[in-house]
Amino acid sequence: MAFESLTSRLQSVFQRLRGKGKLDEKEVTAALREVRLALLEADVNFRVVKDFAARVQERAIGQEVLQSLTPAQQVIKIVHQELTNLMGQTHSRIELAPKPPTVLMVVGLQGSGKTTTVVKLARYLQKQGRSPLLVAADIYRPAAIKQLTVLGEQISVPVFSMGQGTSPVDISRAAVRQAIAQGRDVVLIDTAGRLHIDEDLMQELEAIKAAVNPQEILLVVDAMTGQDAVQVAETFNARLSVAGVILTKLDGDTRGGAALSVRAVTGRPIKFIGVGEKLDALEQFHPERMASRVLGMGDMMTLIEKAESAFDAQQAREMEKKLRTNEFTLEDFLEQIKQMKKMGPLEEILGMIPGFNKMKQLKNLQVDEREMVKTEAMIKSMTVRERRDPGIIDGSRRRRIARGSGTRVQDVNRLLKQFEQTRKMIKQFVGKDKGKRRLPQMPF
Amino acid sequence: MFKKLWQGLTKTRQGFVDRIKAVVGSSTAIDDQLFEELEEILITADVGVDTTINLLDRVRAEVRARRLFDPQDVIGVLQEQIQQMLAEGSGELDLTKKPTVILVVGVNGTGKTTTIGKLAHRFRQDGLSVIIAAADTFRAAAIEQLQAWGQRAGADVVHHQAGSDPAAVVFDALAAARARRADAVIIDTAGRLHTQRNLMEELKKVRRVVAREVPDAPHEVLLVVDATTGQNGLQQARLFGEAVQVSGIVLTKLDGTAKGGIVIPIAAELGLPVKFVGVGEGVNDLQPFIAAEFVPALFGDHKL
Repeated sequence: MAFESLTSRLQSVFQRLRGKGKLDEKEVTAALREVRLALLEADVNFRVVKDFAARVQERAIGQEVLQSLTPAQQVIKIVHQELTNLMGQTHSRIELAPKPPTVLMVVGLQGSGKTTTVVKLARYLQKQGRSPLLVAADIYRPAAIKQLTVLGEQISVPVFSMGQGTSPVDISRAAVRQAIAQGRDVVLIDTAGRLHIDEDLMQELEAIKAAVNPQEILLVVDAMTGQDAVQVAETFNARLSVAGVILTKLDGDTRGGAALSVRAVTGRPIKFIGVGEKLDALEQFHPERMASRVLGMGDMMTLIEKAESAFDAQQAREMEKKLRTNEFTLEDFLEQIKQMKKMGPLEEILGMIPGFNKMKQLKNLQVDEREMVKTEAMIKSMTVRERRDPGIIDGSRRRRIARGSGTRVQDVNRLLKQFEQTRKMIKQFVGKDKGKRRLPQMPF
Repeated sequence: MFKKLWQGLTKTRQGFVDRIKAVVGSSTAIDDQLFEELEEILITADVGVDTTINLLDRVRAEVRARRLFDPQDVIGVLQEQIQQMLAEGSGELDLTKKPTVILVVGVNGTGKTTTIGKLAHRFRQDGLSVIIAAADTFRAAAIEQLQAWGQRAGADVVHHQAGSDPAAVVFDALAAARARRADAVIIDTAGRLHTQRNLMEELKKVRRVVAREVPDAPHEVLLVVDATTGQNGLQQARLFGEAVQVSGIVLTKLDGTAKGGIVIPIAAELGLPVKFVGVGEGVNDLQPFIAAEFVPALFGDHKL
């Protein structure tokens, strides 16, 4: 799957960038190449990707790597932050007109999901205590009016239509009059969709706009749209000055790079996303989630945030000093287990790492929660002296520790052996990368 | 007919081939910079990163093998290579079976119903009798939309009520086709995202019913892909292919600025040929896709 290939690609970048203290230009360039490809594969427009990469590069070079992150994670973090910024804030609000009715015009290409979205919006506003009126101004597509009528009925919102014989401008004007007469406070106009290059359609939409002076014009964009999203958004925005964007069909597996393109070229907020065929499947837009999705990173960001908050910098520094001087003891081991636990259930954490389940060599690692609990119990059953100097733990002490922690002597043996190996591993690691700051890998 | 295709592709040509020509025209040698700019143009046409790299590698190899030095020659090589990637299959459908059953599938909003209307019109022009099965029982007014097309094309539409079982509609349509000795049955299905497991199961069931009722059917399973679709199109083709064994692609909305480049990876990676392209809103604007005609039309080659 495309998704998996991307995450594994990012992982290989991680590997290449491992073990550095500062982000230097060469590394950043290498990482950004992958990010650029990822964005292109997610259908972010070429131009937008170029600008974006340049900006990230500037910000990333020379940055100090945070204690708890690998340099690659740090790059991704910056990329993610910039993406989130670029995508704007959560802005799921419709500006209502000071004097009702509020007229909203919904525009977009054929097949982008305008009619469904208009009805979802009506439902959304209805839930907020508004009384919307739906207007069937698509007089071209066969049965478009019928479709709106049927959907309107399903949510009990009246649909204003004058058939296919009246011009959309006249229909819209009459609809607003009727809304005033009947005390409906929001008028939602479902306009015809065509290809945006169609001059006739653009003129028609401009005429409707001039006739009813809508409070907001909302552009509906299919989340699966490719590079052309930029053209669509630019054209509609230039001609009609849209207030916001609604992204549809996000319930599929598209990475939705169109979101970024549209946002970048129009500067308008993405107000809502369509996430299903049900009429209340209209959700708020979350920039940070969209950023993760576009990058194809699963919940990597959440994981990075968890790591950041769980390991405080002070502890990390002490740990690192101990490592360098080879003073790593079972007490520190215990401390690490506690830190891991702060991050949440191990399985959940591992699940957040993209592609983790595919890494066979990690399968035989003890990812068992219970194993961690056992380890903790055993260490806690040791005296302080034993923890600091495991060398003194002889047979009799082992038996006592096993009894105290409700485990078997074999378990204690295994723990001690594991600890010794870890210590050796760390020694090698620290020896190789003298002075380089990084937390050790968890020994389980 | 070629003229029609040529006209329909005007926008695409302007955004794609004219850019290539401009880049080639301003290059003095076949160098890395030229290839970088070609890469940008191809990616911007939704060809996708992997396929673009692959395509340009082939072009590079050809350029070397033939010892080409003039940047102008790159256009011809690129045209050949795109054509090669798209080459499989011809655009015409085999309509000799009686009835020939064509199942039309795709995600929401790609233009399935419109495509079916145009297909029916085409078959009617050839003097065939056509039955359309309104198996999109989900979308509001889908049946009415199809009926409007049926009337325009002169094809019978077999339908049930909205919300009924699509497989049952198909069963009835096939029975009607046998009774009336129809030449072709075109099945419209509800648009669905390829990730919706239940709806994909429903589609498999439709296919099973068809296979049970008519030996060797469906004879064609056409996936309708919107030319504006980005890289998700490949995933659509893959998953619809797994579910109902898609036999070809109909690329719609190609008269816009979108280039429809996604069909190149679909053809190259999945071996699915493009069978038709939609180049306009008129009833005649569905054109059979033949790579040897399409690519030259795209490149604006008048020699044909």
